[in-house]
Amino acid sequence: MLAATFSDALALLATFDHRVAEIVGLSLRVSGGAVVLGTLIGLPLGACIAVGRFPGKAAVSVLINGLMGLPSVVVGVVVYLLLSRSGPLGGLGLLYTPPAMIVAQTLLVVPLMAAIARQVVEDAWQRYAEELAVMRFSWWQSVTTLLYDCRHSLLVAVLAGLGRAMSEVGAVMIVGGNIDRATRVMTTAIALETSKGDLPLAIALGIVLILIILALNALAFGLRRWATRRFG
Amino acid sequence: MNSTRPASLFPLRIRGLRYAPDGREVLGGIDLELGDEGITLMLGPNGAGKSMLLRALCGLLEPCSGEIIWGDGPRPTQGVMLVFQQPMMLRASVLENAVLGLRPAGLRRAERRARGMAMLARVGLADRVADSARQLSGGERQRLALARAWLTRPRLLLLDEPTASLDPTATAQVERIIREIRTDGTRILMVTHNLGQATRLADDIVFMAAGRVCEHTPAQRFFSRPQSEEARRFIQGELPWRMTF
Repeated sequence: MLAATFSDALALLATFDHRVAEIVGLSLRVSGGAVVLGTLIGLPLGACIAVGRFPGKAAVSVLINGLMGLPSVVVGVVVYLLLSRSGPLGGLGLLYTPPAMIVAQTLLVVPLMAAIARQVVEDAWQRYAEELAVMRFSWWQSVTTLLYDCRHSLLVAVLAGLGRAMSEVGAVMIVGGNIDRATRVMTTAIALETSKGDLPLAIALGIVLILIILALNALAFGLRRWATRRFG
Repeated sequence: MNSTRPASLFPLRIRGLRYAPDGREVLGGIDLELGDEGITLMLGPNGAGKSMLLRALCGLLEPCSGEIIWGDGPRPTQGVMLVFQQPMMLRASVLENAVLGLRPAGLRRAERRARGMAMLARVGLADRVADSARQLSGGERQRLALARAWLTRPRLLLLDEPTASLDPTATAQVERIIREIRTDGTRILMVTHNLGQATRLADDIVFMAAGRVCEHTPAQRFFSRPQSEEARRFIQGELPWRMTF
């Protein structure tokens, strides 16, 4: 039974089953969008916390670290309340659309990416702070310089964000609704197809999900190794 | 940063400068006056407060008491540059590191690169422009750090042991650049432990021990007739490398 299920799953992949391709494509668009937004928000946010001197800095750092483990269903409910018809952003009509899923996943990955960026940039800041001060760098110039210098290490933050976004199921299920050919992504499809007993499709999607994560990690590993050889 | 140099940094007068973090006195009432040209070398045993004095001049530490009087004006916001013993090297090319100090000036990228290329040629790194700065040798890194500082056209350049742990050839190259920077009109205050270097470079010597300036004299007189007992013993190699006071 298990062998037959795997065989059917591989057949789905080998024939480029359109259902699998559609779901994988949407997953990449949603999670990719969330990671792009998370990178644009989370990395500068983490760097600003690292470089900034303000009251409550330690508390903010603890909060950001704590939010790394934010349950995805909680984020889903919060975004649902914001985007539902009676919510403050209900007029946008985003609920049960891919943009709503991107918003939810962005909220999930921003704390994770910000927390990793804060740690990486803070280490660099401790080494470079005096020299940047002597060169009269402004606060923002210091932030951007450190982000640039730590760019290879920050790939870890981006990868962690991508892993979190692609593997979470709770938030996208709540705000996306798992609507066939509209908001069904790999994780929600796997959950649904398993409950329906269509295991070959669930396993095929699971294999694709794992392969994507492995491929991206291999790419990042290679990139970091090249960067270390090239830039030290 | 303008290409014109800020005026009125000199004479630089330091009066009763004290710095005592956690009650431990590092600078114990420094009195010193520097004119507007030449190379001053600071000598003294480890822990004498030389590097701390450089940091105080850059505004990197806040003294407990005393004052630094810059000519007849306020503390300068530009024109003072410090090259550290182990200078920062970003994970970027030699050129990008060289022009880093020009970034706050708001110059266009093309202008920064043009100035950087010319400066790297002056310090003998023209053939390393595209290489990673972190792949440079110790001597090349110091030349790059000097180029970075020189590009900002500082009026006062502070150097914290720029030739520490360099071989004689690399040391000679760094010293050549330091002389050129001086000739270009920059006042230099430099920390070293190398007495030979002091005889080669210095116009005058500041000798420090235990957080105080023991003497400030022309270089020739310092080596032939040191005025303080500490300096005499330091020159003769009698002074312990780290003194306990």
